Amino acid sequence: MDMNEIKEIFFQECEEQLAELESGLLKLNDGDRDPETVNAVFRAVHSIKGGAGAFGLDDLVSFAHVFETTLDCVRSNKLEPTQDVLKVMLKSADVLADLTNAARDGGSVDESRSRTLIRELEALAHGEAPAAAEAPAPKPVAAAPAPVVEKPPVNDEGFQPIPFSFGDFDDEPAGHYVPTVQIDFKPKKDLYAKGNEAVLLLRDVSRLGEMSVYCDMDALPPLDKMNPEEAYFSWKLSVTTEKGEDGVRSVFEFAEWDCDLDIRTIEEDVVGETADEEEPPMQPVPFDLSMLDEGASCAAGEEQAAENPAAAAVAAAETASKVAQVASRAAENAKAAAASAAQASQAAAAGQTIRVDLDRVDRLINLVGELVINQAMLSQSVVENDNNGTSSINMGLEELQQLTREIQDSVMAIRAQPVKPVFQRMARTVREIADITGKSVRLITEGENTEVDKTVIDKLAEPLTHMIRNAVDHGLEMPEKREALGKNPEGTVRLTAKHRSGRIIIELADDGAGINREKVRQKAIDNDLIAADANLSDEEIDNLIFHAGFSTADKVSDLSGRGVGMDVVKRSIQALGGRISISSKPGQGSVFTMSLPLTLAVLDGMVVTVAGQTLVVPLTAIVETLQPEASAIHSFGASQRLISIRNSFCPLVDVGRILNFRGTQANPVDGVALLVESEGGGQRALMVDAIQGQRQVVIKSLEANYTHVPGIAAATILGDGRVALILDVDAVVAASRGQSLRQDISLAATG
Amino acid sequence: MKKKVLTVDDSRTIRNMLLVTLNNAGFETIQAEDGVEGLEVLENANPDVIVTDINMPRLDGFGFIEGVRRNEKYRAIPILVLTTESDAEKKNRARQAGATGWIVKPFDPTKLIDAIERVTA
Repeated sequence: MDMNEIKEIFFQECEEQLAELESGLLKLNDGDRDPETVNAVFRAVHSIKGGAGAFGLDDLVSFAHVFETTLDCVRSNKLEPTQDVLKVMLKSADVLADLTNAARDGGSVDESRSRTLIRELEALAHGEAPAAAEAPAPKPVAAAPAPVVEKPPVNDEGFQPIPFSFGDFDDEPAGHYVPTVQIDFKPKKDLYAKGNEAVLLLRDVSRLGEMSVYCDMDALPPLDKMNPEEAYFSWKLSVTTEKGEDGVRSVFEFAEWDCDLDIRTIEEDVVGETADEEEPPMQPVPFDLSMLDEGASCAAGEEQAAENPAAAAVAAAETASKVAQVASRAAENAKAAAASAAQASQAAAAGQTIRVDLDRVDRLINLVGELVINQAMLSQSVVENDNNGTSSINMGLEELQQLTREIQDSVMAIRAQPVKPVFQRMARTVREIADITGKSVRLITEGENTEVDKTVIDKLAEPLTHMIRNAVDHGLEMPEKREALGKNPEGTVRLTAKHRSGRIIIELADDGAGINREKVRQKAIDNDLIAADANLSDEEIDNLIFHAGFSTADKVSDLSGRGVGMDVVKRSIQALGGRISISSKPGQGSVFTMSLPLTLAVLDGMVVTVAGQTLVVPLTAIVETLQPEASAIHSFGASQRLISIRNSFCPLVDVGRILNFRGTQANPVDGVALLVESEGGGQRALMVDAIQGQRQVVIKSLEANYTHVPGIAAATILGDGRVALILDVDAVVAASRGQSLRQDISLAATG
Repeated sequence: MKKKVLTVDDSRTIRNMLLVTLNNAGFETIQAEDGVEGLEVLENANPDVIVTDINMPRLDGFGFIEGVRRNEKYRAIPILVLTTESDAEKKNRARQAGATGWIVKPFDPTKLIDAIERVTA
């Protein structure tokens, strides 16, 4: 693994952390005061900062740092996470996401925005929580705009920066001063308990330069009185080093709290370049006994100190620490065992996941698709060749079919993802539009954990974003107007996901003004979408907004004037095999309902024959099938026919005629009618010649292999190896409706 | 014999960086994602040194260090805290929990290896 791969992982992780961050902030916004929520939010920013630092992403680091500092104030209860505070934080989360994206894909971020937020975050950390001022936040005024000037702990050496330069070694002219540092070092037993080792410290000091050492063992009691965990030895060291006192201090960086330590420079020798090697480095070290707290006499050891090589001291120290180690292993352990057992059981509860390359999953899905087809072919040929009826082969095949189905479901489940990430992105969209429009909006999401195929999720974001924009921009009224109407000045947009009969239903509801039908109607007339005297139901008027080039906004605003209308939304939903409809109540708001398939890979379909062609009609569209009787068929106009079903009339659609499979109308009595529900709720009776059966088919995209064919959604391979086209019910219904409304779809010949 | 290092960090990025750095420096590396897993892994790992993060879910670095220090078998293991926290208060807490030393993120490989060498024989 190289750094680029790790960087890739970092950005993946960032995405997860950003999602975590946002959901945590939203929870806080809803009044959640669980410390773990605050911790999770803090951790998310913290992790991003940590990783960004490792890759030298300074912009990201400095912003994350300011953000983290403010979050830390919340974590330590110095800052109350009020709605206003969270507003700033949510915006900061957005900027953090932007910075992450910019770091990954290049591109730039809105600097003024991030600068403003840095100031706001700092104001929160400093202003409202003065106690936090000593946190390592950058200075608010000068530092904020320029990340370079800020001092996040990117280059922080530790709590004790050590200013020295290796350059000194080479470049210093001859005759510079080399300080000799004297160290009194008396470890406490805590030093050993924390895994530090006197011997290692001595070793490190000896690496700084010439060292002399004296070990004071006077405190060592007789063996029978000795506590193996106690520290009895102390050392006097003297080292001549270029690094001076600070260099020595850095050796004891980890240990300084757990020992009595006195470090001082005793003199400065003039050392020439050549003198370094020739002069005996060690000189008798004049210990100042009065400076020792312990008052232990070192006089006897003084000469020894000069003579003893470092090794001797090391050996002595080793003995001391070995004793401590042996002792530590022998002592009581019941408590520790109990604690670790408790923790182990806690760990078992956590879920296990692995990360898999999407390509691999897709390859698997493709293979399973082939397996399903193969299994169907096998079954069919066995049935055709089986003369004696109930063979064991049949039973085996049935099991195989069941297994195949299960494998397929399991594989699909791998691709299934909760809609949560998309929903979370919508929260940001809502914030941004609310800001721009000056409206106050609350987004409520429900069913975030509803799972659907990853492709569906990926393609859902764009239409959903657009619809949310519309809902806030056009749907919701300005706060003053809402107040005047007796509504809560804060508008609500509700985004819901749920499973229903093998599909996922996504609802977007706002509590705004609802569709202005008069305006829509007028607009449609102006744009020649409908005749001026057309008699349309409310529902039909509402659905006009899905027509191409339709926009009710009087002036093209910044938000919705992007050339994307609801017709594009509708088309993208349809491209996913989904349907979209709207219901609206004036003064109470609108509800958009999208129904999408859970997967784009398989489909339950009804196999039918139309003019000698085999077609598959998605089962989800079919309400019922019926055998028309001559008495139920009514003609009107030139070619329109209706079928009466239980006292209501339903337009009859001749599929073969629409798809240009045949030139003349078929006789309904000879065929079968499939009652289908099309988007907008209207029912139509699709007329086909015969029903062959019902089965699960693997969807093969026509677009990918051929080209888009109007009226056809995709293709599939049947059990007998034949290719069958999957009917796009909505397109066919729209085409039939087009004859009465407007001729806007002309279907090419297929088959 | 290769020295064995146990790293505990919830960030996949940092875990990978540690892995690469330590393996390149000739250490054997075992990894855990949080304190709870760290204590679990520790039981059979028998590492020479532990490098741990502070901010982690389930069981944070402080708790993990305390856990190790309570463990009869492993309480003398050097533990280095790997953290972006640079303020004295956090260090002090880590130290009180029983940390041997610390490395401030973002670590550079030399500093990390250096710190490990410092606390191991």
